[in-house]
Amino acid sequence: MASSSKAATSEGGAGHGDGVGRRDFLFIATGATAAVGTAAAIWPFLNNMNPAADTLALASIEVSLNGIEVGQAIKVSWRGKPVFIRHRTPEEIQAARDVDVSRLPDPEDDAKRVQKGHDDWLIVVGVCTHLGCIPLGTAQGETRGDYKGWFCPCHGSHYDTSGRIRRGPAPKNLEVPTYTFVNDTTIRIG
Amino acid sequence: MASMQGKPPAFNSAVVRWIDKRLPIFTFMHHEYGVFPTPRNFNYWWSFGGIAMVMLITMIVTGIVLAMNYTPHVDYAFDSVERIRRDVPQGWLIQYMHMNGASFFFIAVFIHLFRGMYYGSYKNPRELLWMLGVVILLLMMATAFMGYVLPWGQMSFWGATVITNLFSAIPVFGEDIVTFLWGGFSVDNPTLNRFFSLHYLLPFVIVGVVVLHIAAMHVAGSNNPTGIDPRGPQDTLPFSPYYVTKDGYAVVVFLIFYAIFVFFAPDFFGEPDNYTKANPLQTPAHIVPEWYFLPFYAVLRSIPDKLGGVIAMFGAIGILFLLPWLDTSRVRSGRFRPMFKWFFWVFVIDCLVLGWVGGNPADAEISILGMHIPLLWIGRLATFWYYFHFLILLPLLGKIERPLPLPASIADSVLKPAAAR
Ligand code: HEM
Ligand code: FES
Repeated sequence: MASSSKAATSEGGAGHGDGVGRRDFLFIATGATAAVGTAAAIWPFLNNMNPAADTLALASIEVSLNGIEVGQAIKVSWRGKPVFIRHRTPEEIQAARDVDVSRLPDPEDDAKRVQKGHDDWLIVVGVCTHLGCIPLGTAQGETRGDYKGWFCPCHGSHYDTSGRIRRGPAPKNLEVPTYTFVNDTTIRIG
Repeated sequence: MASMQGKPPAFNSAVVRWIDKRLPIFTFMHHEYGVFPTPRNFNYWWSFGGIAMVMLITMIVTGIVLAMNYTPHVDYAFDSVERIRRDVPQGWLIQYMHMNGASFFFIAVFIHLFRGMYYGSYKNPRELLWMLGVVILLLMMATAFMGYVLPWGQMSFWGATVITNLFSAIPVFGEDIVTFLWGGFSVDNPTLNRFFSLHYLLPFVIVGVVVLHIAAMHVAGSNNPTGIDPRGPQDTLPFSPYYVTKDGYAVVVFLIFYAIFVFFAPDFFGEPDNYTKANPLQTPAHIVPEWYFLPFYAVLRSIPDKLGGVIAMFGAIGILFLLPWLDTSRVRSGRFRPMFKWFFWVFVIDCLVLGWVGGNPADAEISILGMHIPLLWIGRLATFWYYFHFLILLPLLGKIERPLPLPASIADSVLKPAAAR
């Protein structure tokens, strides 16, 4: 770099000893400004594709738990995705707690996946963590897989009564959304 | 382009001469498509490039007309396509031409690609020409995938969901990338809108790459069934009228097959589930991609790890970029490669097996002689062979195979057997 710039001065005959350094500086500064400017110009076009404010605003819903009998489950729609709400039987809770957590593909305690005092309510996002299909097992009569929770027919993932992945290609447990109990029979998701 | 330097032809029309002097478009066409010296020994496998071009134009023309009646909104998209089929004059024809046209475009391009593999058309000096072809294939896949989402049926929706979710396998940024692709928290209206926008754009990008692809071909010249270079005028024919007519005939025959499907079996390649409107709360029991994606889908499913599966699937296309350097044989045409010739057909069968596995449910089995063999194993074997073919076999064959003697010239290879008869 340095040697070629020297040659350039003597040929160009700029006359000033410091002309070289100044030119290099201007060259680099122009290049850097152009690069930053280009990135800044591209950014709005990319960010434009992220979720819009109104899409983000749809983010929370209230659901009444009245009428969901023990042993039943329902499906509600939240942010365009299904959420499974299961009213678990004591046996289902027991089954979820009797597992050696350390041997699960995605180790997580059942107690951490429900809210204290509401152990009978399991609330999970009904989207298979493999590639996004909706597992079967919420409606009466659907297959619930080998672990009595949910079964994803797309590529065969089995979930247990805590919504945890037990077998199949899915890498993670069904996601627990953020939700709060507004009162004993109503929850707010999101 | 080398042939541009030739003498301009004497045009009869004064208007043509006037324009040509200022913008030598006629001279260009004359050199590149009129007298362009083309090997005299093409077989019909060489017609599939032209056929693919005709299909690309068909897709663009039918697509632009469809877009005039199509509504890219989750509440209306499905009904607007039904309306095109039922109420819009000739809409049924144009919609079926577009829907089946995608399949026939892929048929033409796949044949074109296997032609190149058999005759070594990717070898020096045609590496870049080949790589531009692979770029076209990738763009076609993206275009067809997004087009399939537009009618907003059950398969549209769940295909889009599964394929976009592939990106969630990317470590750290995966989830953010998927949200970015969707423009929301699931496949929804923003997704449909952007897919329509890109589905309109990408075919024209394909046109651009096709222009480069053909420009590169006119620099290197066409390969031919013997794989040896033309040595002089006795080895070539002017493109027009010889190959204009030969390709024209092939195009017509191909279009007859296309028309049979458009008119008599328009849903042959489709999925009945796509005639049900998309329901984000219900996944169909058995989701499959379009047939042209099945081999790649089988590769994806044969790897038990999520990220690994995604890498293997994209790698299956990516490896085509390296083909010119993986094949170490200096002989181009499979005709003179006694071992490669057979492995080529094994590879074709391997791809068909992958396609068949990809079209079946993940847990399917077949019973051969009373044994129940899970298709998953067959898929794994076929995936292994796919990579083995490129990474081990092709580099090795070039070293151990003894090619047959090459003919002295193209003219020789054509005329000698004819004289012997
Ligand atoms: C590379 C060329 C193209 C390919 C491979 C392609 C592929 C497809 C596919 C597979 C579908 C789904 C058809 C169905 O299953 O019902 C589709 C739909 C559609 N395409 Fe294209 N397309 C191409 C070019 C275009 C162009 C240039 C336009 C112009 C805007 C266009 C507009 C549409 C529209 C409006 C639909 C929705 C209506 C329908 O489903 O038939 N396409 N395309
Ligand atoms: S999407 Fe559920 S197993 Fe693949």
